[in-house]
Amino acid sequence: MPPHETDEPLVARHVLEFPGGYTRTTGPVIGRFLTELRAGRVVGVRTAEGRVLVPPLEYDPATGDAVTDEYVEVGPAGAVTAAAWVPEPRAGHPLDRPFAWALIRLDGADTALVHAVDAGNPKALRPGTRVWPVWRQNRTGHITDISHFAPEVTRIVSPVRPEYRIQAGGALRVFLDGVRRGVFLGGRCATCAKVYVPYRASCPECGGAMEEPVELPDTGTITTFAINNLPDPRAPEVPFVSAYILLDGADIPMIALVGGVPAHEVRQGMRVRAEWLPESERTLSMANVRWFTPTGEPDAEL
Amino acid sequence: MRDVAIVAFAQTRHTGHDTGLSETELILPVINEVKERTGLRRFGFTCSGSCDYLAGAPFSFVAALDALGAWPPISESHVEMDGAWALYEAWVRLQHGDVDSALVYGFGKSSLGDLRTIMTLQLDPYYLEPLGLDQLSVAALQAAALGADRAELDEIVRRSRADGRANPYALDLPAEIPDGFAVEPLKTCDIAPITDGAAAVVLAAGDLAARLCERPAHIRGIAHRTEPHYLGMRDLARSASAAEAARAAGAGKGPIEVAELHAQFAHEELILRRALELPGDTIVNPSGGPLAANPVMATGLIRLGEAARRIHDGTASRAVGHAASGPCLQHNLVTVLEA
Ligand SMILES: [Zn+2]
Repeated sequence: MPPHETDEPLVARHVLEFPGGYTRTTGPVIGRFLTELRAGRVVGVRTAEGRVLVPPLEYDPATGDAVTDEYVEVGPAGAVTAAAWVPEPRAGHPLDRPFAWALIRLDGADTALVHAVDAGNPKALRPGTRVWPVWRQNRTGHITDISHFAPEVTRIVSPVRPEYRIQAGGALRVFLDGVRRGVFLGGRCATCAKVYVPYRASCPECGGAMEEPVELPDTGTITTFAINNLPDPRAPEVPFVSAYILLDGADIPMIALVGGVPAHEVRQGMRVRAEWLPESERTLSMANVRWFTPTGEPDAEL
Repeated sequence: MRDVAIVAFAQTRHTGHDTGLSETELILPVINEVKERTGLRRFGFTCSGSCDYLAGAPFSFVAALDALGAWPPISESHVEMDGAWALYEAWVRLQHGDVDSALVYGFGKSSLGDLRTIMTLQLDPYYLEPLGLDQLSVAALQAAALGADRAELDEIVRRSRADGRANPYALDLPAEIPDGFAVEPLKTCDIAPITDGAAAVVLAAGDLAARLCERPAHIRGIAHRTEPHYLGMRDLARSASAAEAARAAGAGKGPIEVAELHAQFAHEELILRRALELPGDTIVNPSGGPLAANPVMATGLIRLGEAARRIHDGTASRAVGHAASGPCLQHNLVTVLEA
């Protein structure tokens, strides 16, 4: 005999399969259940002692006696009695995304049905959670005619997105004209002399009329700020900082983004300056100010 | 009732992977070992336990008969179950009174296929198997129904692995317990490892037992009970059938020094302890149990063999061997062994 060339093991792939699957007779009890499933109903069978078995068995598991021929429609909803979460579904599983297996006591049943629940996350299925069947469109009389169960509807998401066309009024128009030129326009109250920015038509404190707009520098001091962790289409990234900035010469802070500095380094009293878009890109919009960025000066006393 | 005793037990050094040995090659050494230990070359009856689905070949147990010396024809039978039920059948056969010895063996190589999916085939073909309900999902449903304390489960895993490392036949599993869920709430560490292996036991009746073994492990009680297979028809947090089998076998009629439990998942040990009403001072699974080596279809027989071994070597005078079958401890066999 020639010597073995290698020590590689002799391995073959092997599959056990009956072509087309096994044909099984159902008998009258299981057959009735599956026939009702095909019609979109779930039935249980009543035992001689009056309990309703779902799914039906030919015998009462408690006594071994034959069940009655009384079928009772149950569910379709039910309550979960125990659940197990499958983080990585296997090839033969009913859902291809993470899901739960659950014991479900359908309304009117005395036993629990085992099925899959599309629960979304492992914490969603506490004992007692109500679930409803999700039916397959083309039913054939098979336990999988119920594709899976899904938790009862307890909340909805309502997207709201009406669209509007708005026009900037007089005072805002004045302010945005300034922003397009690269200056912040404020208004001084003719009565109490407070300076407001953005420019406005009247003093919110005393009701006095505004004098002519005054030009304010684009430097100021952060009076307070927030670190935002929810994305906003107007912000550069998450997290971003929005701050109240008291422009030099103003009495009322203005809200704006702060950038060019790590969020955790932003502080009250920090001196900042507006970073403008190039003149050619400016429009009648606050977007002309990319954000306020630290000037590097010592912090101001607030 | 005829007095029947376990007089010899042998098992393979189980592996967590396919070593390339055929089933016959796996069995041959353990059968030779019990033959040598007893001096018997022929047996009044032979019975084996295995599962064709593990090898994926019909009648694969027939090929394994080559390890026996089956000519001239021997009196032989097979159960498509754990070898523990083959032992039960052999015990019943010995009760007939016309033969005095029996050879029992069980074997399985769960490394060959995907055991978790293969075990789906044990479920009913109408309600459960078509859902693709796999072995770990079934066990996780039972763990969820039980709602056991995590620290208690971790302690079972830790103890089983430590005992397994001290057992030359069990797997050498790391002391460090991995984290992570297989199917929540079942953690990967709660699951018996994939294992290949085999075991053999010799039963002897009457006077023959004392001639073959210095300290036979007499079967003082043996009983098995089963429950409805459909999971939703029973209280999964309890094992009524294990409790009933233990009562029928007389487990509670005396102190149980050692109990070898066929718990393939950590939470099953808690359910079985309660069902068998084991007191706190009973030593459970000193071999490491199935969590340290789980050669499917031999694991239950090994529980009986390990319990008997404690009688043989004098470390116990009364022990219980338990075997389980079916989803979520559906079917339980309890054996009470005494010196
Ligand atoms: Zn004023």
